[in-house]
Amino acid sequence: MKLNRLKAIAVKEVLQIVRDPRSLMLALLLPVMQILLLGYGVTLDVTNLPVCVYDAEGSQDSQALLKHFQASRYFTVVQVSPSVRQVIAGLDRGSCNLAIVIPADFSRTLAMGGRAELQAIVDGTDSNTATLASGYAEGVVAGYSGDVQLQWLAAHGQTASANAPLTLQSRVWYNEDLESRNFIIPGIVALIMALVGAQLTSLTISREWERGTMELLVSTPVTPMEVMLGKLMPYFVIGLLDAAICLCFAVFWFQVPFRGTLFTLFFITSLFLVVVLGLGYLISVAIRSQLGASQIALLVTLLPTNLLSGMAFPIDQMPAPIRAITYLVYGRYYVTSLKAIFLKGAGIAELIVPIAIMCAYASAVAWLASRSFKKKLV
Amino acid sequence: MFARVWPLVLKELQELRRDRYAVIRMVVPPVLQLLIFGYAATFEVYHVSTAVLDQDHSQESRELLARFTSSTRFVITETAHTDRDIADAIENNDAVVGLVIHAGFAQDLRNGQSAPLQVVVDGTNSNTALISLGYVGQIANRFSSDYAMDLANRTAPLKLAALPQVTLQTRAFYNPNLDGKWFFVPGIIGTLMMMMIVNLTAFAIVREREVGTLEQIMVTPIRSYEFILGKTIPSFLIGMVEAAVIGVVGVLWFRVPFVGSLPLLLLGTVLFLLSATALGLLLSTLARTQQQAFASNFFVLNPLFILSGFAFPIAGMPAALRWFADINPTRYYLVVIRATFLKNVGFEALWPNFAAMAAIGGVLLAVSIWRFRKTLE
Repeated sequence: MKLNRLKAIAVKEVLQIVRDPRSLMLALLLPVMQILLLGYGVTLDVTNLPVCVYDAEGSQDSQALLKHFQASRYFTVVQVSPSVRQVIAGLDRGSCNLAIVIPADFSRTLAMGGRAELQAIVDGTDSNTATLASGYAEGVVAGYSGDVQLQWLAAHGQTASANAPLTLQSRVWYNEDLESRNFIIPGIVALIMALVGAQLTSLTISREWERGTMELLVSTPVTPMEVMLGKLMPYFVIGLLDAAICLCFAVFWFQVPFRGTLFTLFFITSLFLVVVLGLGYLISVAIRSQLGASQIALLVTLLPTNLLSGMAFPIDQMPAPIRAITYLVYGRYYVTSLKAIFLKGAGIAELIVPIAIMCAYASAVAWLASRSFKKKLV
Repeated sequence: MFARVWPLVLKELQELRRDRYAVIRMVVPPVLQLLIFGYAATFEVYHVSTAVLDQDHSQESRELLARFTSSTRFVITETAHTDRDIADAIENNDAVVGLVIHAGFAQDLRNGQSAPLQVVVDGTNSNTALISLGYVGQIANRFSSDYAMDLANRTAPLKLAALPQVTLQTRAFYNPNLDGKWFFVPGIIGTLMMMMIVNLTAFAIVREREVGTLEQIMVTPIRSYEFILGKTIPSFLIGMVEAAVIGVVGVLWFRVPFVGSLPLLLLGTVLFLLSATALGLLLSTLARTQQQAFASNFFVLNPLFILSGFAFPIAGMPAALRWFADINPTRYYLVVIRATFLKNVGFEALWPNFAAMAAIGGVLLAVSIWRFRKTLE
């Protein structure tokens, strides 16, 4: 490998990038758009869930209960219907996700000191929202029930024994407010980097084929290794810039707590870039037509990084065979590392496993890529 | 007009047939992805690794912990001896939840004082943390009310019989066991179709331009809208085939019920494919090189996927993004596909989604014809 030949290839590639300013702009601006769109869009927090109510009684007690729902930040009562039919129609249309049915003898039962049973119908289509919503609804009702009991005890001249035997003291570590944004945004940064990297490089070789410049490249006295490194270096710099932009947005715009060190962050990011860029290069070498290259690039990056990397869906909850597949998803290691660096302040020592695996990936991809590029015209 | 569109459609299909791997590329990956993602996309929480510290060693503390052991939601992975062990377990990712019962727990309970159960949760994955905390709360509440009932029965059996109480009985419609697969499999089907079709059509025009065959076509007496139509129909047909294949796999393999109306699903699929194809074509007219087409469709597809309500509820997004989601055809298709799979609703409940997809498809097609004319000049 000769440095001046390497430089020549790199300079050629830089010129090609610079003279296509539209693509360069895309490469630098799109990550910003992405992080803004996704950063706000990806939230699992349930707030202001629309609630329909069938209040068969319309008493003071049932009104007080509804006020509890209205006051909760998780629910918004959007409709109080005169019949169960209408409540169910609301669920069918999707205009509400939760329906509360208050029985006709609600206040009478309470006045007698009995157990009044409310019914909640939750739209199970979105099972996660449904699970969270029914938990919150139970909390609201328990709160109301406690109020009713205190009033009853006070009315009957008792004040004591209202406290529950067991109290829960919960503490949450690393993400104290349990904001889904804090856990998802580091993953989003990883996702964007995977996309940028694959997109940047996977067309570099197939472009040469389709434009007919491959003959020139093959006839120049450069080794395949020099072609690869020369072509990838400029993109590596763009990738690092993109990473810096995304991370700045995560920390300063979205206020995700950053507890790690910049050194760890950039070390891991560089390693990850080597993997994605190398993989993109490998794809573009392996596949001649650009349509094919793009379909493969899409296949191995977009959805797997979204769904199998642990960005949003917890890997430890997946069945064992799928968990095994996630080990192949290189994005997984970057996602885990970024989350640990951001929220737990992890350093190189804690991240030694993902680092080792990414190193193995990087060398395997580099080896394969440099081997697969043959200087032949067939 | 038909006489001029038809040869173009045939040409496109012919081109596809000549590409040996095209069919494999278009059928195998979506089916494979459906099979994998159908299992991977889950927010359900089971077997949360839990570290416990019991410093009380009483009958009560053991009984409380036994309720965690017998629950499918928690697995005790570590029995700690000091507070430090709990902290270590969470820091080293050996446990997500730590339960601590300090000495004096049973004493407090017997004295009628509030006895604390300390819970430490790793909040890194906020959703898992929230749901686990919910289950901890349920178990603790049940223990608490059982204990209170027990205590009251022993001390003053009559008083408790007359304490008012409000309880909530929750039923889930459409998906009674809240099975995540029922939610995600239809969503994955819609998402995969969107990805494949937009990606396929995004290259339709720009490829002809780059290879240089666009001029050849333009010297034929074909009109712009006929050309666009001729490009739309093949990917539309491919999309229908793909929808059928992955739809059938989804229903048969994952056993997601299909309770709704097939004609409504078909209508929705037709309108969705129309809008997805139109979007791809628009990207194709905007790009000058295939590389640009590729780059732009990559960056369009990801937001379309995330802001479709596939996993992240649109209701929880800020207003500006909800507006963006409103012009996303995938969003409407996911409503239609989930509703026809799970809900058995009629046309009257779904028509706004049909109307939206038709409008988006129409506008996008018109814009791409206009763009195409402009680039020809």
